[in-house]
Amino acid sequence: MNLTLKVWRQKNRNAPGHLAEYQARDIPVDASFLEMLDIVNERLIESGDDPIAFDHDCREGICGMCSLTINGKPHGGKGGVTTCQLHMREFQEGQTIVIEPFRASAFPVVKDLAVNRSAFDRIIQGGGFISVRTGSAPEANGTPIAKDVADRAFAAAACIGCGACVAACKNASAMLFVAAKVTHLNSVPQGQPERDRRVLGMVRAMDAAGFGNCTNQYECAAVCPKEIPADAIARLNRDYGTAAIKEALVG
Amino acid sequence: MKALYLAVIRFYASSIGKKMIVALSALGLLAFLLGHLAGNLLIFSGPDALNAYAAKLHGLGVFLWVPRLGLLGLVGVHIMATLHLAAQNRAARPQEYVADATLRATRSSRMMVLSGLTILAFIIYHLLHFTVGNLHGFHDDNGAYRLADGSMNVYKMMVVAFGVWFNSLFYLVALTLLGSHLSHGVSSLFQTLGFTTPRTRPLYTLVGRLFAVAICGGFASIPVAVLAGFLK
Repeated sequence: MNLTLKVWRQKNRNAPGHLAEYQARDIPVDASFLEMLDIVNERLIESGDDPIAFDHDCREGICGMCSLTINGKPHGGKGGVTTCQLHMREFQEGQTIVIEPFRASAFPVVKDLAVNRSAFDRIIQGGGFISVRTGSAPEANGTPIAKDVADRAFAAAACIGCGACVAACKNASAMLFVAAKVTHLNSVPQGQPERDRRVLGMVRAMDAAGFGNCTNQYECAAVCPKEIPADAIARLNRDYGTAAIKEALVG
Repeated sequence: MKALYLAVIRFYASSIGKKMIVALSALGLLAFLLGHLAGNLLIFSGPDALNAYAAKLHGLGVFLWVPRLGLLGLVGVHIMATLHLAAQNRAARPQEYVADATLRATRSSRMMVLSGLTILAFIIYHLLHFTVGNLHGFHDDNGAYRLADGSMNVYKMMVVAFGVWFNSLFYLVALTLLGSHLSHGVSSLFQTLGFTTPRTRPLYTLVGRLFAVAICGGFASIPVAVLAGFLK
């Protein structure tokens, strides 16, 4: 199939960017979106041009490295899939596709479509962990966890930290990411001793990184490749409110 | 005491803290809306019922300023925190998308600042219209809008004011925007304060819409009834 691409090109973080037009000819319909970009890049290299920089790693939808805002929708907006799992058969012959980076001041552009998402690492450092040594996998029935709690924690733990929630949010808010991590760890018994410190630390790290504020529009949940529900954000709000009151009264 | 003060400052400084302050101030304003509507609907019980209610409120004298100042404070806090949040939201995405798409966000959720500021302009007009201003000569010395005992004839004031069609039209436009603001705001309040669960989300969305329809429909019924000649 033949497509017209309008790709965001930007030399580095401080340079102004612009949309450049490319013709993508003879693209196999079964190619993934990233494979399509590989083909375009090979031709750019052959003709001596600078290839388009974009992030990718596992290409099987589990590493959280690929990004791209495709026609205004992170990961293409299908929901439940990452860009690497999006195939060209989803597009029409002759279609024009606008490809932009995940846009947020907390995710500065490294080059073209690749952005620096280390703000998420700083949020994890704020409390997205359990400080005890757990050793190797424990005996399965050693710490009983109710089925609904385990299911909730597991669904939240599916978050791969890709940042699509931030990219889709009208305010570039990271609430769904933080909510997934807090829901995961604050649901299970191993996370209880640090639950208040965790939520306060992670929300403060999120605010310090310059993300926006949630306005309850749930664009994040619509694009999340792991389909984390917006209810996790209500849980984050509840845990934060409780922890902040405890901190104010007890210290 | 200082620790508590610092905790409040820190709470306001956080994104979730500011959102909760917006939600809590909204709760107070929603309670006022319900009370204001209940009082106004007395117009359908006739001049005596409405004027007696108004006389009772004015009879509070200095103490009427307690809820008045409270409301003013709530409005102030609600606007200050939202404008603060909105400014941060703008700063969080300095470069807009060239191709912008919306997948799930409702129209009312996308115009909260616009509908909110229009409601603010309406409130200022509304206070000038009935409480302070003299557009219709309500506060003239000739006593045309006063009852025999000297108290205000609120029933007559409302019928005269809403008899002017463009005036009623402006009220109806403002009420529509209030409805839009409430339909997103009320369901959001449950999410922000952390009450929403997968099971209760549809319920809270419905509560928001019903509340918006009830409040706006209730208030709108008065200018409509006056224009239709039902209230004279």
